[in-house]
Amino acid sequence: MRMSLRKLASAVSAAALTAGCAAQSKTEEPVERIAPVTNPYPSTYKPAASPPTLLRNATVLTGTGERLDGADVLIVEGRISGVGRGLTAPQGAREVDASGKWVTPGLIDVHSHLGVYPTPQVRAHSDGNEATNPVTANVWAEHAVWPQDPGFTAALEGGITSLQILPGSANLMGGRAVTLKNVPAVTYQGMKFPGAPQGFKMACGENPKRVYGGRDQFPGTRMGNIAGDRAQWAEAQEYLRDLAEYERKVAAKEKDAKPVKRDLRLDTLAGVLKGEILVHQHCYRADEMAIIIDMAKEFGYRVSAFHHGTEAYKVSNLLAENGVCGALWADWWGFKMESYDGIQENLAIVDAAPNGCAIVHSDSSEGIQRLNQEAAKAMVHGRRAGFDIPPERAIKWVTSNPARALGILEKTGTLEAGKQADVVVWNRDPFSVYALAELVLIDGVVQYDRSKPTPPRSDFILGQPAAAGVSP
Amino acid sequence: MKRLHLIGFALASLCAVGGAHAASVLIRNATVHTQTSAGVLKGTDVLIEDGVISAIGASLAAGDAQVIDAKGQPLTPGLFGGLSNLGVHEIGLDPGTEDGTLRMNSMRPEFDVTKAYNPDSVIVGVNRVGGITFTALVPVPDAGGSIIAGEGAIMQLDGTSRTHSRILFVQLGGAVNELSGGSRAGQFMLLRQAIFEARNPNAFAEGDERLLTPFGRQVLKEFLDGAGVIVFDVDRAADIRQVLDLARREKLRIALAGAAEAWRVAPELASAKVPVLIDALENLPYSFDSIGATLENAARLEKAGVRVAFTMDSVEPHNLRKLRQVAGNAVAHGMSWDAALAGITRVPAEIFGVDKGVGTIERGRRADLVLWSGDPLEVTSLAERVFVDGALQSDRSRQMDLRDRYVERVRAGNAR
Repeated sequence: MRMSLRKLASAVSAAALTAGCAAQSKTEEPVERIAPVTNPYPSTYKPAASPPTLLRNATVLTGTGERLDGADVLIVEGRISGVGRGLTAPQGAREVDASGKWVTPGLIDVHSHLGVYPTPQVRAHSDGNEATNPVTANVWAEHAVWPQDPGFTAALEGGITSLQILPGSANLMGGRAVTLKNVPAVTYQGMKFPGAPQGFKMACGENPKRVYGGRDQFPGTRMGNIAGDRAQWAEAQEYLRDLAEYERKVAAKEKDAKPVKRDLRLDTLAGVLKGEILVHQHCYRADEMAIIIDMAKEFGYRVSAFHHGTEAYKVSNLLAENGVCGALWADWWGFKMESYDGIQENLAIVDAAPNGCAIVHSDSSEGIQRLNQEAAKAMVHGRRAGFDIPPERAIKWVTSNPARALGILEKTGTLEAGKQADVVVWNRDPFSVYALAELVLIDGVVQYDRSKPTPPRSDFILGQPAAAGVSP
Repeated sequence: MKRLHLIGFALASLCAVGGAHAASVLIRNATVHTQTSAGVLKGTDVLIEDGVISAIGASLAAGDAQVIDAKGQPLTPGLFGGLSNLGVHEIGLDPGTEDGTLRMNSMRPEFDVTKAYNPDSVIVGVNRVGGITFTALVPVPDAGGSIIAGEGAIMQLDGTSRTHSRILFVQLGGAVNELSGGSRAGQFMLLRQAIFEARNPNAFAEGDERLLTPFGRQVLKEFLDGAGVIVFDVDRAADIRQVLDLARREKLRIALAGAAEAWRVAPELASAKVPVLIDALENLPYSFDSIGATLENAARLEKAGVRVAFTMDSVEPHNLRKLRQVAGNAVAHGMSWDAALAGITRVPAEIFGVDKGVGTIERGRRADLVLWSGDPLEVTSLAERVFVDGALQSDRSRQMDLRDRYVERVRAGNAR
């Protein structure tokens, strides 16, 4: 019988709680519980205070699948306060006439390497792949994010308010990913999305076997890829069992309670098995996605999203039934064998499956600047294939669906009351090549205003003669 | 001489000969973007007989022609796909399917990449149904190659391997420092030496080191004499100035590609009448050669009077259909709509000297046209009908076959 790891995980936390209470109530020498620091690199981002803001008379796509014409969006204390017609501005509110304009939730990219593969792309900046071992579950992308990457500003001007920075795909298990708010900061902690779960980057297919097989190392085949993954998960299960046994002994005040030797790699894998860290799996081929889904069931974890997934359309029902999102491109394909079957209707077909979760992702410092255009292309090709995809549905591909995959949908991704006010005002229908983000708010604070040119946000660009007169 | 004769033949075929035999077609009631002095003609019919545009006007008689009702939608010349490896590159990361780079550790301008062109590549069809009808096939340098990557040509996506208009492709800048002894100054040294060798084939003593083979000298000499356009891929403003200086002294017929900082030398480019092929989406300092990259490059160049065509930032051929989106973004950032459309039709045709064959809609031309569902620069528009070299093309591609195989499965709930 296979014990569900999720149940095991809750057993661990219950034991820990009991242990804490028990230790205090006893007078004899307590068995000291030794546990690692939780959240050792905490977010320091705190939104600045902002006046109430009323965006008046816009076409509003809420991100929940609704479209409201001639509607207002009210933002109070950095949160969505209301969406509807004829809202009243509180005293001291900043009012924006958004007549003829469109308002959407801030766009969210689940797949970016900004900061870890920043521009300029000099060798010294190549920090996205710890390609020295096929399993580097111990590394965290956030420890390589360069906040001065000019790409962050460019993405902001395209309406990106949150983004996940992932390690690259050279490794089977590339390390932890981090979700950021797209705000200026000197440290990445100043951008870190408070309370967002970390991601875990995994890769199937050509990349790991090419990188390591090319060095005559393991894995050199797709067989090796899966075997490599399974060995790790099996070890992580053992690690969790050892941790649980330790907690049990502490709770029972058994003197031989010996802390389990800390292992940063297994910490990450254990976090996945406990459901605290969300798996983002780079995978192109339909057959491999099915294998990954089985592997996740074998070891009791969930895959949050398949990334790239150029063949996701072939298994769109399978993905939907297992609650896995497809983070996809509108039209990139063919740049390697496993992406040869890419089609322009991929997003629409993944979206069409009952409970399907389609996401437009970029994996590109160019693409992240215009996720709205990429969604527009996918929407139109879907319509041509006979799917009914109005703008209020397609906007979910770049707002609420990515928020769901990142585990932040309770906080952002739609314009529902109480959510963080991550909002874009577009000069027109955002599903147009001519659409520009005019105003980008993050937590109610104006982070970009197209009408007010500012000095370059990146220290790298500042003072460069060649960049004089250039934005960003 | 023989080579030039062949090119003459090829150009002739682009103008008047060749192409599949096609039935007559009348495109009724289109908005015709002629890209000529005739401008935009609304409510206009275009009659195509034997592959040739025989009439453009209102209420043309259909005769026995197949009638396509354009319902007022835009009709444009077939679109340019930019500088690419289309037809010589099927998938990446597999040497057996990539023919765009010569790695012989020597300078070989005589490397003619068009000999590797495969008109049956599925990528040709995928781009053609997206409205691309011609592209500039060029070789690109890489480790083991040379800054003079070799020769390419304008290719029409007509299902043949016919070449039109010769191109010599040269890569400059920090990205290829390793091909020039570690310095971009070495690139200009190598160029000058190669040009000297081509112009002075006998100025060598026994045992002198030579850069080029005898045939390489001959091919380069043909380009020095104007047999084709020499495309310099160069980004940094200072490097562009060096190229302009070289071209002026050697009287070269050139165009620039990439040209991220071209806006900074726009007046010089305009007065030298040097056109550029740019990726209007390039706005980040990808290298220390492109610190000045901006989304306004196209608009600023247009304003200065520089002829602007578009290309992608890579020769990767799979998604050339995106080039009209690139042009559309140039408009969003200040370029005129007319100049942006010209940048993917007439201007590239002029740059490469194939403007008698493609890039405009004119009576007497072989039809090279696209009928669009809406604004051709808009991401929500689709190509509905595509004519290449006189023939109405299939509206199918391998991608559509894949789509149709699986779309029914998801409708039936069986996509697993």
